[in-house]
Amino acid sequence: MNQHLTFLPVLLPMLAGVVLLVSPFGKTKTSRRVTSVTLSVVTLLVSLLLLLKVQAQGPQIYAIGDWSAPFGIVLVADQLSILLVCLTALLGVVCTLYASAGDDHKGSFFHPLIHFLILGVNGAFLTGDAFNLFVFFEVLLIASYALLMHGGDKKNTRAALQYVILNLVGSAIFLIALGVLYGVLGTLNMADMAEKVTHLQGDDVYLAKIGGLLLLVVFALKGALLPLHLWLPNTYATAIPVVAALFAIMTKVGVYSMMRVYTLIFGDEAGELSHMAQTWLWWLAIATIAMGAIGVLASKDLRKLAANLVIVSVGTLVALIAVQTVEASSAAIYYIVHSTLVTAALFLLADLIGRQRGKVADRISAGPGVAQPKLLGACFVIAAVAVIGMPPLSGFIGKVWLLKATLDTEFIVVFWPVYLFASLAVLFSVSKAGSAVFWHHQGKPLTEAEQERVHPTQLIALLILIASAPLMSIFAGPLSEYAIGAATQLHDFNSNINIILSGGQ
Amino acid sequence: MELLYASCVGVLVFCGVFLILRSRTFPVVLGLTMLSYAVNLFLFSSGRLSFNQAAVLGTGTEYADPLPQAFVLTAIVIGFAMTAFVVVLAIRGRSDLGSDHVDGEFPITNNNNNDKNKKVKV
Repeated sequence: MNQHLTFLPVLLPMLAGVVLLVSPFGKTKTSRRVTSVTLSVVTLLVSLLLLLKVQAQGPQIYAIGDWSAPFGIVLVADQLSILLVCLTALLGVVCTLYASAGDDHKGSFFHPLIHFLILGVNGAFLTGDAFNLFVFFEVLLIASYALLMHGGDKKNTRAALQYVILNLVGSAIFLIALGVLYGVLGTLNMADMAEKVTHLQGDDVYLAKIGGLLLLVVFALKGALLPLHLWLPNTYATAIPVVAALFAIMTKVGVYSMMRVYTLIFGDEAGELSHMAQTWLWWLAIATIAMGAIGVLASKDLRKLAANLVIVSVGTLVALIAVQTVEASSAAIYYIVHSTLVTAALFLLADLIGRQRGKVADRISAGPGVAQPKLLGACFVIAAVAVIGMPPLSGFIGKVWLLKATLDTEFIVVFWPVYLFASLAVLFSVSKAGSAVFWHHQGKPLTEAEQERVHPTQLIALLILIASAPLMSIFAGPLSEYAIGAATQLHDFNSNINIILSGGQ
Repeated sequence: MELLYASCVGVLVFCGVFLILRSRTFPVVLGLTMLSYAVNLFLFSSGRLSFNQAAVLGTGTEYADPLPQAFVLTAIVIGFAMTAFVVVLAIRGRSDLGSDHVDGEFPITNNNNNDKNKKVKV
């Protein structure tokens, strides 16, 4: 059992998805909810177990079907990937809990789809093979298509149609990129690719460059990097909020893939191709932050606001990846965890607030007051402080760290002004939204029946996310140490290659 | 053979991209299908084109690479599922939005005659 632990974060969600489709677990509402939440908690526990193991014994390599790398597909659990797997599993628990209050019955097969999505995301984080990455991307995409339509209206169909078409084109480009890279390198195992890239000569270098940059297009589309970010605000704002909260991890899959491909395969050791995407990543990231900030300022409802905050966080992360130092990567790793949890919390809050304001819903304008102003207000303040990056919560630590990571580089001239301006825009918009929603009352108050009070399971789910902000601040020491360790591992070219190609021996 | 093969892929990509840029969902779906055909052919050729070669390494220097064939097979299966999904979605979009435009409605210009589409009952 122990040796198969690396595979369990992928296997368990798949089994959960299947189990939930059949009797007796999938028979009644209650049985589905209980099974789904239990299994997502089990997935989280298993992921945490694996995290402890990786920390104690170093990266774990799992050769599927016992075909060793580079011939077979391997799963690689190192500190970075397993951290993100745990993050996904945590979001899974939160979303299944939250949806159990009633959202899961707005459409069919909510719980199985959530687990299939987690399967895809976990697989994409763990795999060490580029083609397998494509397969897991498709798994998570098809689950996300269906979830996006869950409980949706007409506006939702339109957003889903555009999202699906865009992603299908993205998949085609992904395959072309993989074809080019395979034609040149003769392998798609990421560690083996990294090793082969160093020996490229002549025209092959240019072909590999084309393949690498085509991959950038795909990851930019998944991660919502400018100019391929246009699908995100609509998609996230029309999906039901609990799904949008889970989607907060999906852009991070694109960002994570960039991290892997452009630090491992086309990183320091790649000869002529080393850091080939850096300039692109850098300027696109800066433009994305600026664009996201403008979006944040222009948002008319809380869900759009949260969606635009996702864009800002993606821009910030990609800028850190472009810097390509260990310190920048460790800041990025801390920031990924923080931003995912906080944006997910904001989506859930937007939903709860919207349910208590009648027709005004989550629009940022004066309206009837919410039924539970103290509870929701307190949660909103914590989430807002975290997302803006004010002390003492996790956002502040992330912000200081990423500013420090860019301090000694030539990037400071562009990055600091843009990023700080974006923070100001976030500060302005979020405080405006908060005061409009909680303080500016207009019209006659709603009756009890029109306001849906927060369900206990919703509250638990929300509190898990909200609590993460102070907790990440209190445990900043061990967390940052972990992030530095993960980043060091990510940048350590030789040990990465050796461990993976020798099967973890 | 390479020339023929490459031009096939090229023409398919050309048609695919052209159709994807159309505004109605049906041509877009066709375009996606074309594009996925082109991609499958392209993937297949990434193991080099060869006649009558053994698929297993052996001792010879010339061989047909079996791995791209596995890639293509996977890509076909996934592409098929995705196309099926987008077809269903396009039909649903047609009935939900009342038109088969990818934006849900036709931009208003003087010379389009799409009133017929707009009147269709949802």
